[in-house]
Parts: sequence; structure tokens; C-alpha cells
Amino acid sequence: MADYETHDYDVVIIGAGGAGLRATIEAKERGLRTAVVCKSLLGKAHTVMAEGGMAAAMAHVWKEDNWQVHFRDTMRGGKMLNNWRMAQIHAQEAPDRVYELERWGALFDRTKDGRISQRDFGGHRYARLAHVGDRTGLELIRTLQQKVVAMDTDVFMETKILRLLADGEGRISGAVGYHRPTGKMVLFTAKAFVLATGSIGKSWKYTSNSWESVGDGHAMAIWAGADVIDMECVQFHPTGMVWPLSVRGILVTEGVRGDGGVLRNSEGTRFMFNYVADMFRAETADTEEEADAWYDDHINNRRTPDLLPRDEVARAINSEVKAGRGSPHGGVFLDIASRRSAEYIRRRLPSMYHQFMELAGVDITAEPMEVGPTCHYMMGGVRVDPETQAATVPGLFAAGEVAGGMHGSNRLGGNSLSDLIVFGRRAGLGASDFAEGRSGPPSVDPAEVDAVIEGALAPFTRGSGPNPYDVHHELQDTMQSLVGIIRNGPELTEALAKLEDLKHKTASVKIDGAPSYNPGWNKATDLPSMITTSIAVAQGALNRTESRGGHTREDYPGPDPEMGKVNFVQRQTTERGFLAPISINAELLPEMPAELRALFEEGK
Amino acid sequence: MDDETVTIRVWRGDENGGEFTDYVMPAVEGEVVLDVIHRIQASTAPDLACRWNCKAGKCGSCSAEINGLPRLMCMTRMDTLPEGEPVTVAPMKTFPIIRDLVTDVSFNYEVAKTVPAFEPGPEPEGGYRMMQVDVERGQEFRKCIECFMCQNVCHVIRDHEENKPKYAGPRFFIRFAELEMHPLDVNDRRELAHQQGLGMCNITKCCTEVCPEHIKITDNGIIPMKERVVDARYDPVAWLGRKILGRSKKSAEEASAG
Repeated sequence: MADYETHDYDVVIIGAGGAGLRATIEAKERGLRTAVVCKSLLGKAHTVMAEGGMAAAMAHVWKEDNWQVHFRDTMRGGKMLNNWRMAQIHAQEAPDRVYELERWGALFDRTKDGRISQRDFGGHRYARLAHVGDRTGLELIRTLQQKVVAMDTDVFMETKILRLLADGEGRISGAVGYHRPTGKMVLFTAKAFVLATGSIGKSWKYTSNSWESVGDGHAMAIWAGADVIDMECVQFHPTGMVWPLSVRGILVTEGVRGDGGVLRNSEGTRFMFNYVADMFRAETADTEEEADAWYDDHINNRRTPDLLPRDEVARAINSEVKAGRGSPHGGVFLDIASRRSAEYIRRRLPSMYHQFMELAGVDITAEPMEVGPTCHYMMGGVRVDPETQAATVPGLFAAGEVAGGMHGSNRLGGNSLSDLIVFGRRAGLGASDFAEGRSGPPSVDPAEVDAVIEGALAPFTRGSGPNPYDVHHELQDTMQSLVGIIRNGPELTEALAKLEDLKHKTASVKIDGAPSYNPGWNKATDLPSMITTSIAVAQGALNRTESRGGHTREDYPGPDPEMGKVNFVQRQTTERGFLAPISINAELLPEMPAELRALFEEGK
Repeated sequence: MDDETVTIRVWRGDENGGEFTDYVMPAVEGEVVLDVIHRIQASTAPDLACRWNCKAGKCGSCSAEINGLPRLMCMTRMDTLPEGEPVTVAPMKTFPIIRDLVTDVSFNYEVAKTVPAFEPGPEPEGGYRMMQVDVERGQEFRKCIECFMCQNVCHVIRDHEENKPKYAGPRFFIRFAELEMHPLDVNDRRELAHQQGLGMCNITKCCTEVCPEHIKITDNGIIPMKERVVDARYDPVAWLGRKILGRSKKSAEEASAG
């Protein structure tokens, strides 16, 4: 029998970003035995990198704003592929969740009359993002972290979960992993588990995501038999850094454009005016004069096309670069220097100022930035019940980026941080209810625990095999070149063949040394998650023969109304695990009730 | 350019000791120290332990001592370091070694548990109102990314392990200051800050110098806190003034009790 320690709780939350910590607070407040497990130190999760703000229709800046407008913006941004009920709950509950953060100590920027200020962002009709300069994610995670610490919560830092295990009745009851510092294996048993594991971006070469974003939650849900949806919908953020190469992909906040920055090509043209899709024409300015006047007067002017939803802007940049009108390092120019004072830029965008100054030697108050698309966000994920965030397997819940449905085929900026707190709370509630209603202690088959541990340690015992770093680089090259921002059928088919090959390479990697804080071994244990999620992305992309939101097919350049009615649902049925195939089926979207549908027909 | 190399001299070892190992790597334009560490891991030393996350200066995970100075590896460009000389990369000295560049920073998480939580006063109808100028004082401290380099460089604990149990360190003095200056908070943490060694800081400003967020830890955080602690302990007039101004704070005992 393998050697491991065991901990038992009512609720275990996997992941300590915004969603995980918010879920933890909810379960802890219910008085349940609660633990949160995270791969990094507490407070380092990817949420800290969120910059611009959290969207909530509090109507502090524009009294015309309300949840219906926010709901409509979200659905249109997602090209109507969103789960309507999640989008509704999100728009309705986000303001309360933001006020709650203030009660917990968050210090948001203020309006002149002392209320929480709100900033303009892409796709949002009104200035709606509560923010703290350009470090809103840090404020969110610190506020939640300090609350979790004050509640005396058990936190298992630098601990990676490898697999979820079910009991004899199919309820998720255990999670097996290891402590990174010591390499010691660990089993958590609990009555309910919440996945809050974030994104999958590390499968691409140029990404804004940190090393943690390897799709652990997406993959573990699939291996546990849960449904995932919309895996083809990956967001490429239009503005990542492009130079120097070593920082290519690091995010440049949309707040630059929200605060007055504009995109220009090598000819100095504000090219976004040439890329306004019909869906957005009625509410988008057609002259630079109107666009510039809009910043101060949203009622009598229409929005600048620089703030179209991210999928639109990313594709436009891609087209400009392809047409030979790009910047010297293969991006386009983002100019705020010529439009706002140096003092304003430093105050509103302090971390952008330092990021460019220190990493690229560029003073953004004096010269334009060079930017281009970077893999940023996963819209697809675990299929959940909108009310409880329950996955399709009992005992399992998911919130935040690992959950699917909320954002449809494209997420609006600012809707992620609000998603974390709205659905993090609901997942905490859902998991707590489930745990309280579940009878008997959770049990798992010790033989299954042993098998997971044996598999994880196998790379140390192999005589030969590929280096996990090489496999990762090969995966990133494959996803970047074949499953990137613009896709086509033959390349996706080629990608799936390569991924199949990489699956077998992953199963044979070799590691030297010992398990204690061994990055090579950590990488070897991340690879299965990355490969499984990459396969799901490529399968979804091959099946969705249309272009919608974050998913663009050059062989099917337009949206297909029939495809717009379905989610592609992927799952493992009889055979489960890393080596097993994943099936894919189209299933009809839940139907929106008439009173909500009317919001779109009014056209306002 | 093609033939140029860089030499990185990395401390390798564990709690039982270790030594510097040289790695010679091709030079790549625009790289930061963390990039070179990553290339070493991917080529010759896959087990080289190093903590990192965002690689954008926002999470504070990759703190190390580069050529003897505490820096974030992700924000230190190779071309800012002396050319033609090896770049030494060592773990933070103040914390116990786990392996290679990774240290056990749990001391900081233990101290964090002792800070009484934020507690706002009653909420008026229509929600709290705060002016931008008033939130900005606290916001400066909330920029802290918890890289713990201020803790690492503070000689009160860097050279005196025995002080750790009674000294919270600069990171937590600004946490006290942040809460003390929060327009809504009603707890009084001045006595607790005193008990946690605020008086032991002799304002050499080493912490301020290494802060990657450029927080004026000493001038804006520690010195005002020292003044407030002195007020609270020795100056009944200042205490009365605060009372008259309507700022009612809980005592340290009440705050600690929850």
C-alpha cells in the first residue's frame, strides 16, 4: 500500500483564487469543517493578475445602468451562447457581492461623491467596473484571503490535487494529491468538493496565464465522468505585450482603452472603425470625433470601436498584422500617451506604467505600446447547475473559470472577477447544502488511491523516456500553431493526431531526483491535465463548424444560426481517465424565457 | 550576439547545506533572470527548485537575492546586471531553506493570523461613503504583493533569529497602518503593533529600498504608526483629541478578542 496522509472535511475547495476563497468563506460561515487546497502560496493565485475591475450594475456613474442592461451586454458579448440563467444571476447579484467586499475591507477607487467608482470597459454599455487602479484582482484576492485567515480556515498551500475519487454510489468523496515542498502524497476525503482551479492557458505558447493554469479542474472533472461544455471557446485577449519575446503574452489591461487609449496600425490609422460588425453598429461611433466625445458623454455619443468585445478586437489586430500594417515586433500600437496626461496615466494605470518601463524599457506616458493577441481566458468548462454550481456528477461543484456557460463564446472584460464572487458564493452554498444532506462518512476505495499515487510516481522509476519540458514545449507549439486564434478543419485534425501522440509521450516521461519541490516532476503531473483539456478544445473546435465569439474558423467564417442553438458537450462514459477517449455531442441550449428575450428585441 | 552567453551562479541545496553551481546559457535579448532559470530547468536541471507564478511582478512569488540584493526574478532584466560577470542567484536568507531557491515563508502566514480582522462601523443608509483622498492612504499599503523581501532584508530578524517570535516585521507594520488608516475600521491595533515589535524597528529604511511596489514602508507606514503608538501610550491629550474628533477605536484587548 502506498504511503499517504489523510484529512477528512465536510467541504474541500480546490483552488484559492477569487472563486475558491469566496466558496470557502460561504462553507466556513455555515460552520462546516472546511479546507481550501491550493497549488501556490495563499494569495498568489492567478486572480492577482486581473487588472481592470469587476463588472456590477451599481449605477454609481450612469444612473441608467441596471441588471437588465448588464445581462444583455453579457449575452451579446457571448454571442448568445451563454447559459441565460447564469448571466441573469450574475448581473443581478454582482452589486451585492461588490458591496460585501467593501464591508470586508476592500478599498475601491471612489466617485466624487464618495461612492465606489466605475470604469468603462469593452462591451459594457455603461461605465460599470468597480476597480482599484489597475490592480483590482490583487485587492479582491487580498480581501478574501484576509477574511479566510480571520475565520481560522485550514489552508493547504502548495498542494496539488491529481484525481477525484467517487464512492460506491458515484458520489465524489476523495481527492488525491501531493504537497509540493515535501513531495508527500495526501488524500482528502469530504462530503462535497468545489473545483475552483481556473484556466488552461499554459497549453499555448503566448499566454497571459501563470504556470498554474493547466486545466487541472477541467481535466479532473472529465476523468470523474462530469460533463464539460463549450471547450472550443477560448479567449485570446487582444492586448498582450509582444516584445521582448520573453514577456510576450503578458496582459495589457483593457483599462488602457477604457481610460482613453486607442489602437493604431503602422500607418497611424485607428483601424477599429473598419471592423464594426453589424451586431454592434447601432451602438458604435463611426467617427473619431464621436468616439472621443463618448468618454465624457455616453448619452449623446456612441462608444468607441476600440472597446468592442475582445473577440472582435483580437481578430481585427490579427487582420491588420496579416495585411502588413503591424508594428515592428508583430503587433499593433496602443496609444494613450498622445491622448492623456502623464500624471493621469500614472495614476490610473500604475502597474502598466511599471510593467512597460521595467520589462520593455517603454515609457507609456511618452510612447505607444506594442500589443497583440494572447491566450487569456477559458469560457468553456464544467457544466453546472446555475443555482447551485453542481456539476453533473454528485458531490462535485465548480465555480469561476473552470465552470462553463456563464460567458458563452466570449467573455466581456470585468465579468470574470464578478463571476468569481457571485458563483464562488453559490458554489459554497451548493456544496454546503449537499454536504449537510449527505449521510454517512465519505469513503473511497484504497486501491484507487494507491493506483493514483503509483501513476504519479512512475516517472521516477522509468529507465528512459521523454523530458516533460520537451513534451510541454511540443504541446505549446501544437496548440499555438494549430488551435490558435484562427482555426480550420485540416489543422484541427492534425492537432488531434499530434495530441494523441503527446498523450503517449506524457505517459512515458522520465524524471530524475526526488519528489520534494521538484519542478520537473511537477510538470510531469501537470501534463495529463494539459493534454486532456487540449484534446477537448480541439474536438470542440473541429465540431463547431462556424465562427462565434472566441472560436474562429477560417473555413466557416460566419456564424451559423443552427450552431448558435447548441452547446458541444464532452464527457467520458464507460472508460475514464487520462488515456480514455472523450465523446462529444451537440445538445440544445436552455431556452430563454420570453420576458428576457424581449430585452433583445427592444433593441435598446 | 549568437555566440554570447550568460553565466548564472545558482545556490543549490537544502536544509542540510548546499553550494553555488554555475550554469552557462546562451544570451537572449530582453530576458529577465527568471527566464534564464526556466531555461536551465528545461535543459540541464529539471529539478532546480524555484517558486514563481505570474511572471509579471504582480504575485510576489519569485523573490531571491540577485547579486546579493533582494529582487523579484521576473522583474530583473539580465541587461541591467553587470555584463560579462556571473549573476549570482541565492534564496532569501531570513527564511529556512526548503530546496534551492525556495524558502519556507510560513513565518509570515503565522504572523498574518495574529492581525485582528477589519471591522467596519455601522453602515449608513445608502451605503458607506469614502473620499478618494482618504482611501489612497490605505491603498498604498494594499499594493503589497507579499513578496516578503522587506521581511527578508530587515536586520531585526535577518541577523537575529531569536527576534522572530516578538517581531511582526515591515510587511505587517504596514498592514497595521493600512487598517489603522482605513476610513471605516473601528479596531485599535496600536497596542498590538507595539507588542509585535514596532518599537524594535530603528527606521533604517532597508525595507523601503527593496519594495518592488515602491511602497514608502518606513515614511508612510512605520513612522506614522510609531507616532500613533506613542500617542496612545503616553499622550492623554492626543488620545482626548481623537475622542473628540469622533474616532472611536476598540482597544487592543477587545480587538484581539475578535
